Amino acid sequence: MIDTLRLTAEEAAGLLERGEVSGDELAGAYLGAIEERDAELHAYLHVVGERGAGVPIAYKDVITTKGIPTTAGSRILEGYTPVFDSTVASRCKEARLPVIGKTNLDEFAMGSSTENSAYGPSRNPWDPERVPGGSSGGSAAAVAGGLAPWALGTDTGGSVKQPASLCGVVGLRPTYGTVSRYGIVAFASSLDQVGPITKTVRDNARLYAIVAGKDPCDSTTVELPEPVALPEGEDLTGVRVGVPREMNEAEGIAPGVSESVEAAIRLAEELGADVEETSLPRSVEYGLACYYLVAPAEASSNLARYDGVRYGHRAEGDGDLTALYARTRWEGFGAEPKRRILLGTYALSAGYYEAYYGQAQKVRTVIAQEHAAAFERFDVLVSPTSPTVAFRIGEKAEDPLAMYLSDLLTIPANMAGLPGLSIPCGLSDGLPVGLQLIGPQFSENTLFRVGHALERALDFDYVPERLR
Amino acid sequence: MAITREDVLHVAGLARLEIPEGEMDAVREQLGAILEAVGKVAELDLADVEPTSHPLDLVNSWAEDEPRPSLSQKDALLNAPDPSDGSFRVPAVGG
Repeated sequence: MIDTLRLTAEEAAGLLERGEVSGDELAGAYLGAIEERDAELHAYLHVVGERGAGVPIAYKDVITTKGIPTTAGSRILEGYTPVFDSTVASRCKEARLPVIGKTNLDEFAMGSSTENSAYGPSRNPWDPERVPGGSSGGSAAAVAGGLAPWALGTDTGGSVKQPASLCGVVGLRPTYGTVSRYGIVAFASSLDQVGPITKTVRDNARLYAIVAGKDPCDSTTVELPEPVALPEGEDLTGVRVGVPREMNEAEGIAPGVSESVEAAIRLAEELGADVEETSLPRSVEYGLACYYLVAPAEASSNLARYDGVRYGHRAEGDGDLTALYARTRWEGFGAEPKRRILLGTYALSAGYYEAYYGQAQKVRTVIAQEHAAAFERFDVLVSPTSPTVAFRIGEKAEDPLAMYLSDLLTIPANMAGLPGLSIPCGLSDGLPVGLQLIGPQFSENTLFRVGHALERALDFDYVPERLR
Repeated sequence: MAITREDVLHVAGLARLEIPEGEMDAVREQLGAILEAVGKVAELDLADVEPTSHPLDLVNSWAEDEPRPSLSQKDALLNAPDPSDGSFRVPAVGG
């Protein structure tokens, strides 16, 4: 009997290598779990159920998969079946990972709860009345709920780290440029990155090693400066940990979240790390505003391609081509993408460009400089991943600005192109709290090492309490 | 920041979005509230700061101009709402 709630991808690979289970049996176990629990969790938009030799995987539904529907959580792509594979899907195919299915998300990866999905929200395996976070909420819910051993998500403003935090699993947003964006439905191209969501840090490093590396189809990718190292050690001797005041004392951080994160920081000290307070004065204060100009501006351009001509939804009715575009787009997009397209178009329009988009790009420089200064003294920076634990479905759905605050602490590092790892560090009111570890560009191995040592010491049980 | 109905119509035109009359007020109010929040970036004096458009220092990369297999016409039209004679059919341009 395979316990999909408990089994890590590494353990699953071991079972396959030793011939203790077949690829068919393993994939079948996840399909069984989906049958049992996905009616409640709604982690998947489309179950494929491939059988194969390796450890099965789930993809967020912005990851283009040849012959498998890819909707981006939007009505405008309903019925769209790609005729090519994204590079990450090709690499997983080469590694012989069969596809379990495509996971739910906020439409076009815009949101922090999956409530913006045109196909209805996913639910948090720890408490189905609550959101799994977003936008890669389906991927996080699938891993936490035992419906996938590992999954890929995408992270623009925090869309891997935040749902991993809310679901009690591990999420990596890699250094910008390390994972190909070829075949990823584009949201904000200078920020989008694919990242693994897993039960353990070692699983995360394994999946990152499969997908990372230069890709001729994405000219913004780079070679990894060093190979991915699977973390082994359990001590943190000599690791310099910075605790940015603004990111740990920001207004809106729930007391239970702070307690849990502070305990994890004390633990890092016991494991040998040198812990010291530091400051990122403008990154937190101006990060959110900067992000909500840069990302919508890029989105307004990227989403121009959805016009009802080459693929996807097309509106009925009379009129010329321009009328067809405008009607198709109003019908096909949900409220949040429309909001961001309008905001981004405004920020880029003549007369407002310098004051909004131009100024935001300068703030981005300031944020990168502040982080670079901090990394002269520290190897990693720590903070809560999300200011709160999982919130109730509906709690923020009608208030976009309140929802945007969910990404307050994940956005600054993303603006600077830095990698970030979220690991579960405890519970508050029975719900998982995530610890965010941020490093300089290309420091994934350090993040894995620190994350792994803390994971071992914290001994967090990733199986949701109600499912044990 | 007060954004007018004309501003919204202008931007919606640029973005090719047809806002139904009944939703105009709600769209205008939300956009105004978000613009007010993001307008916070104006507080900083950044006259001497260079803008960042991309997180990595990259140089342009070139590829050899070699023909490779690409999408067939059939595959390219596979998802088209209204394919016709190997093309995408659309209404008249300019009514």
